[in-house]
Amino acid sequence: MKSTMSVTSRRLASFYQTAVGKKAVMAVTGLILFLWLVLHVLGNLQIFLGRDQINRYSAFLHATPEALWPVRIILIVAIVLHINSAVLLYLQKVKNRPIGYTKKGNRGATVMSRTMMWSGFALLVFIILHLLHMTTGTIHKDFIAGDVFHNLTFAFHQPTVVALYVLAMALLAMHLYHGLYSFTQSLGVSNPRHTSRIKPLAAAFAIVMASLFALVPIAVLAGFVH
Amino acid sequence: MKSFKLILNVWRQKSGNADGKFVRYEVPDVSEHMSFLEMLDVLNEALIGRGEQPVAFDHDCREGICGMCGFMINGDAHGPLPGTTVCQLHMRHFHDGQELWLEPWRARAFPVVRDLMVNRSAFDRVIAAGGFVSVNTGGVPDGNTLPIGKLDADRAMDAAACIGCGACVAMCPNSAAALFTGAKISHLGLLPQGQPERNTRAERMVTQMHAEGFGHCTSTGECEAVCPKHIKLEVIARMNADFLRAKLRSRD
Ligand code: HEM
Ligand code: SF4
Ligand code: FES
Repeated sequence: MKSTMSVTSRRLASFYQTAVGKKAVMAVTGLILFLWLVLHVLGNLQIFLGRDQINRYSAFLHATPEALWPVRIILIVAIVLHINSAVLLYLQKVKNRPIGYTKKGNRGATVMSRTMMWSGFALLVFIILHLLHMTTGTIHKDFIAGDVFHNLTFAFHQPTVVALYVLAMALLAMHLYHGLYSFTQSLGVSNPRHTSRIKPLAAAFAIVMASLFALVPIAVLAGFVH
Repeated sequence: MKSFKLILNVWRQKSGNADGKFVRYEVPDVSEHMSFLEMLDVLNEALIGRGEQPVAFDHDCREGICGMCGFMINGDAHGPLPGTTVCQLHMRHFHDGQELWLEPWRARAFPVVRDLMVNRSAFDRVIAAGGFVSVNTGGVPDGNTLPIGKLDADRAMDAAACIGCGACVAMCPNSAAALFTGAKISHLGLLPQGQPERNTRAERMVTQMHAEGFGHCTSTGECEAVCPKHIKLEVIARMNADFLRAKLRSRD
């Protein structure tokens, strides 16, 4: 059998070199980030159970570094790999069509699917600002370490802050709307019998997740949290 | 018989290395019964009559089965009609005075040969990398000795309908050949004859696809929407699954 590639170069053409490999990494890391968001939102919603409950939860997390740090490390690795594959694939894509179309139709691709790179980058900017705001307190106007309830309610009495958080959650909804469907394709778990259910389910997860996150700043601003 | 006028902006490019540009032509008497390629034949007759170079475009069967034809019409691969090659696209779908932009498939892996004609030998190399089953010839096996489930046979046939036209690559925002390669991998991988080489096939074809300069799949569904043979996105999921499985199980 004549092969178009030598055996050695075939061996060397490792997993991550191919676009399919990079997309698989992206799908797994995206899924890890999504699962973490589920935990995160469950933490946030405890604000509705009162000052003591959410502060106790925060104190519990900080008192168990053996749980906090492994999770943080997994998240950092996941986000670095997620962004690395996203950027490499994007650079490749630009190179792969050196002369663009003068006219280009669109046969049904959603806005969400066409803007994953940009919704992703906006999320990255948000994540950095959010860490400086609520984790380190660097850009918080009245940060009290350990008093999560105060840090949240103080920040979310400012309408511009609430607007920024809600905007970021709209972008998260967009990213997950397509991402939660696309990962089933990337990992090859898709089956046409389920596709008609996967797409609406992904959309529902995306919207519910982003809405639950956005609920906290909105509720604080509206005066529902005391 | 209704006839009407069309305005065409056609991409003209002398060779792969030359710069290209759009040239405007009027086709005064287009019959609604013509196919799109017959309409271009009429334009070319006029161009030859005027001593100009005719517009180069690929074609062979003109009945939608060979996969030679194809270019963009107003940004749609094979034109606006779903499930149709440009040779089977009839002029009744256009109207008097309409202005159309004809462009070649645009992808690094499909360099322009001339005008609307591109070189798709990258597809041949993807096939050569693993899109086959190796058999030892000998006596003809008896019919139906290999049991194949009806559903698998149907799905393999659906995937085998791919004619290699390249519209999926052209329409994809990332110039991916995932639908084409996925169709071949599904076609062979669904049949018992395709099992022995299933893992190496996926590994080699995906690797070759990448080496040829085809992009990644972002599941936008643009390829499925323009494929003249209605190849389904599920073939891409199958290609991904086979590739990942092969990488996990590989013993080299
Ligand atoms: C909250 C954090 C994030 C979550 C939960 C998340 C989730 C996901 C998921 C589930 C996917 C689908 C993977 C696939 O298509 O197989 C995805 C894709 C993607 N993500 Fe993220 N992501 C996050 C942050 C980011 C960031 C910061 C970037 C910045 C570059 C980014 C860029 C992308 C891109 C470009 C895709 C590929 C989309 C495609 O190929 O269609 N994501 N993400
Ligand atoms: S998958 Fe469809 S669009 Fe792509 S080459 Fe095959 S027939 Fe053409
Ligand atoms: S010329 Fe054969 S498919 Fe169009």
